[in-house]
Amino acid sequence: MPTFDEMLLSENSVRPPYERFHTWFGEQDVQELSAKASEAEAFFRRTGITFNVYGQQEAAERLIPFDMVPRIIAKSEWDRLAEGIEQRVAALNLFLHDIYHDQEVVKAGILPERLLKNNEAFLPQMVGFTPPGNVYTHIIGTDIVRTGEDQFYVLEDNARTPSGVSYMIENRETMMQMFPELFAQNRVRPVETYPQHLRRSLEAVAPPACNGKPRVAVLTPGIFNSAYFEHSFLADQMGVELIEGSDVAEIDGRIQMRTTEGYVPIDVIYRRIDDAFLDPRAFNPESMLGIPGIMDAYKRGAVTIANAPGTGISDDKAIYSYMPEIVEFFTGKPALLENVPTWRCAEEDSLKYVLDNLADLVVKEVHGSGGYGMLVGPTSTKAEREEFAAKLRNDPQNYIAQPTLALSTVPILADGALSPRHVDLRPFVLVSDKVQIIPGGLTRVALKEGSLVVNSSQGGGTKDTWVLKD
Amino acid sequence: MALLGRTANGLFWMFRYIERAENMARLVDAGTRISMTNLAAETDEWESILVASGVADIYREKYGEIDEAKVIDFMIRDQDNPSSIRSSIDTARMNGRMVRTALTREVWEAVNDSYMTIKAALVSPVTSRSLPRILDLVKTRCAYIRGTFFGTMLRNEIFDFCRLGAYLERADNTARILDVKYWLLLPEHSSVGSALDNFQWVSILRSVSAHRSYAWEYDANYNGPDIIDFLMLNKRMPRSLGHCYNMMREAMSYLDQDVETRNPCVQRITQIHDRLSNVTVRQVLDNGLHEFLESFIIENNNVAGEIAKHYRFYPDLLPANQSETQSQTQQQTTDAGSMQTQSG
Repeated sequence: MPTFDEMLLSENSVRPPYERFHTWFGEQDVQELSAKASEAEAFFRRTGITFNVYGQQEAAERLIPFDMVPRIIAKSEWDRLAEGIEQRVAALNLFLHDIYHDQEVVKAGILPERLLKNNEAFLPQMVGFTPPGNVYTHIIGTDIVRTGEDQFYVLEDNARTPSGVSYMIENRETMMQMFPELFAQNRVRPVETYPQHLRRSLEAVAPPACNGKPRVAVLTPGIFNSAYFEHSFLADQMGVELIEGSDVAEIDGRIQMRTTEGYVPIDVIYRRIDDAFLDPRAFNPESMLGIPGIMDAYKRGAVTIANAPGTGISDDKAIYSYMPEIVEFFTGKPALLENVPTWRCAEEDSLKYVLDNLADLVVKEVHGSGGYGMLVGPTSTKAEREEFAAKLRNDPQNYIAQPTLALSTVPILADGALSPRHVDLRPFVLVSDKVQIIPGGLTRVALKEGSLVVNSSQGGGTKDTWVLKD
Repeated sequence: MALLGRTANGLFWMFRYIERAENMARLVDAGTRISMTNLAAETDEWESILVASGVADIYREKYGEIDEAKVIDFMIRDQDNPSSIRSSIDTARMNGRMVRTALTREVWEAVNDSYMTIKAALVSPVTSRSLPRILDLVKTRCAYIRGTFFGTMLRNEIFDFCRLGAYLERADNTARILDVKYWLLLPEHSSVGSALDNFQWVSILRSVSAHRSYAWEYDANYNGPDIIDFLMLNKRMPRSLGHCYNMMREAMSYLDQDVETRNPCVQRITQIHDRLSNVTVRQVLDNGLHEFLESFIIENNNVAGEIAKHYRFYPDLLPANQSETQSQTQQQTTDAGSMQTQSG
C-alpha cells in the first residue's frame, strides 16, 4: 500500500490545506530557512524546553527536535475528527463510571471480566465512588494515526496523564515568531488559550469542601521527572502553584500546602504522578512522591484529583481492543472513529496468527507506553523476533499485536529540501461540565527516513499543527 | 500572596549560589594577584584561600599537597567541591528550574543560558592564560542574571527572599575574602604595615572591584585598617558586611509587614546590623580581626537557619494532626570553617 502524504498527492499536486504553505515555501531561500531552524533550537535550549531522559547521567536534559514545516488539517477533516473524539471521550467516562459501579459492560458480555480482575490499573479503592462532576478523565490526549484521505484510527486513548501539550503551545509560539507572514496568509485556529481552558475546566470540578474560588495546583514528581518542563510550564501558564508531595500535608481533613505564611488548603490537584505513587497509605507504601492520606480526603470530598485515580485501566491495550464495542454500548451509536485492528494474544487463534506473522506486525505490551518494550516487525532482526516470540509464548496475556500501518507522512525540512516522514497526532481534550477539544494538538514525527516510531524518547520530533478556520 | 515554603527555599538558595559563584571567581582572582608578586616563594596564598573558603579538607583529601594549578581547578571546575564555580552554577540553576514559576522569563533564561555558557567554558582545564577570561565570564554572567533580576522582577516576597539569599551569601563571602589575609603569613623581614602587607590588602581590594571606590572614600591612602573598614563596615560599599545587613534588614521589613507575631529573623538581623553600625575598625583589630570574622560567619549562618525555620522552608518533622511523615534532615550545624550548603 502506498504511503499517504498529507502535503503532496504527487509531485505536482498539492493537497488543498497545504496550497498556501507550499507556494510560500517555494519562494523561500532554503538556506535562510535552515538558519531559522537552528535559531529555533537555540531558543528552545535557552528557555529550557527540554525533557529528561532516564538512565543518562550527564546531559540528561534533551531537546525534542522541532521541524518547521507545519502539519496542516483542513476544517472539514478536523470537524469529523473532533466529532469522533468527543464521542469516544464521552464513552470513556461512562465506561469508567460503569466499571467502578455496576459493571453493566461486563454483564452485557461486551468486556470479559478477566480484563478487570487482577489488572493492576483497576483500583478497588475507586469502586462505588463517583468523582466530582462524574468526570474521570479531565485531560485526555487521544493518539490518532492516518493512512489515507479518509482513514483515521485511534492508536491509544491516553486517559491517564497525557503529556506533550506544552510542546503544542511552544511550537506555535515559535512558528509565529519565526514566520509571522504565514499566519497572515493562513487562518489558523489558536491553541495558546489551552492553559486558561485547563484552569477553568479544573475549577469546574471543585470538591464539595471548596468554599469560594477553587484553588488549583499541579502536582509534579520533581525536577528530575522527564516531563518536568511541562509541569512547570502549565502551572506557570495557568497561574497556579506547582507542588511536590513534600509541600503538602493533610491537616484538619483538608490537603494543605505549606507556605511562608502557614498552611493553605488546595481544592483541585492536577497530578502528574502515577496512581501507584499518589498515596503511600493507599498504594505503594515506598512512595516519597505522593501525599499520604489524599485518597481518603478525595473520597470524603475534600479534594479533587485530576485525572481520577484508576482511569489508567482504559489505557490498557487489551481493553483498547474492545473500544469500538464499548463506545457503541455507552453512546448507543456506532463508533465514529475506528480502532487499529488488534490481535489479543490471550486468545489462542490470535496468538498463533501473531507468532506466524511476527515480521509484519507491531507487538506491544498491554501496559506499556512510550515506545518501550515493543517489537516493530518489519524493521526487526530475526534474533529480536525469536526473543519476542519466546516472551509471547511465555505470557501471551501481556501482549497485543497490530498490523504495521502505513502511517501518513508530512514533509520535514532535511538537508535543504522537503522530505516525507511518518507522523501521528495527539489532540488534547478537556472534560468538565463540557467536552472541549483544542483545535490542533501535538504532531510527532519520526525524523529517520522510513521509521514508524515517533516517540520523543526514541528520537522523534514535533511539528506545529494547524487546524484551518476555513 | 502566600509563597510555598519550598519555593522560598529554592529562591533563597538559587541566589546564594549565584553570589557564591561570583565570589569564588573573586577569591581566585585575589589568589592569582597575590601570587603574581612572587614575593612569597611559597604557595601560602592558595592554602589561605582554601582555608578561608572552608574547602581545605576536601582538597587535601583529594590532592594532598598544595599546587597552584590544582587549587585553581578545584575552586573553579571541580564538582567534588560543592562550592566551586561549576558546582555553584549547577546548584543555582537546579534551584532555578525548581522555582521557575516564580521567576520572570528573563531571569530564568539568564540563569539557564549562563549555566550552559559557563559549563561549556569549563569543559576542559583552565590554563593560566585563559583564567582571567574565565573569571571575567563568571562575573559578567552573574551581573547579567542580577540585571534581569532587578530589571524585571515584581517587588514582592519572591524578590525579598532572593535578596535575602544574595546578601546573606555576599556577607559570608566578603568575610571569607577578608579572612584570607589572616592566613597569609608575612615573611620575617616584613611586618604589619609593610609594603608587602599593604600590597596584599590592595590585591584583596582589587578582587572585589573596589580599588577606585576606595580611593574616593579614603583619599587614596592604602592601609590595612582603612581597607578593613571599607570592606567590612562602610555601608556605601556594596560588598561590605554593613551594606549587606542594611539590605537584609530592608528585605525583612517588607516581608515582616502586617505580621503580628514576633519574628526572630528580624531580631537577629537587627542585632547584627546594629553591631556592624556601632563597632569601629580599631575595636575589631584590638579584639582580633580573625575572631570577629569567625563569629560573624557563624552568626550569619544562624540567621539563614532562622529564616528557613520561620518561613517553613522544609516540611515540619511533626506536622499538625499527622503522626507519620517522611523524615528529612533540615538544620545543618555549621562552624565557621565550611561553607553552608543546601540540604535535602
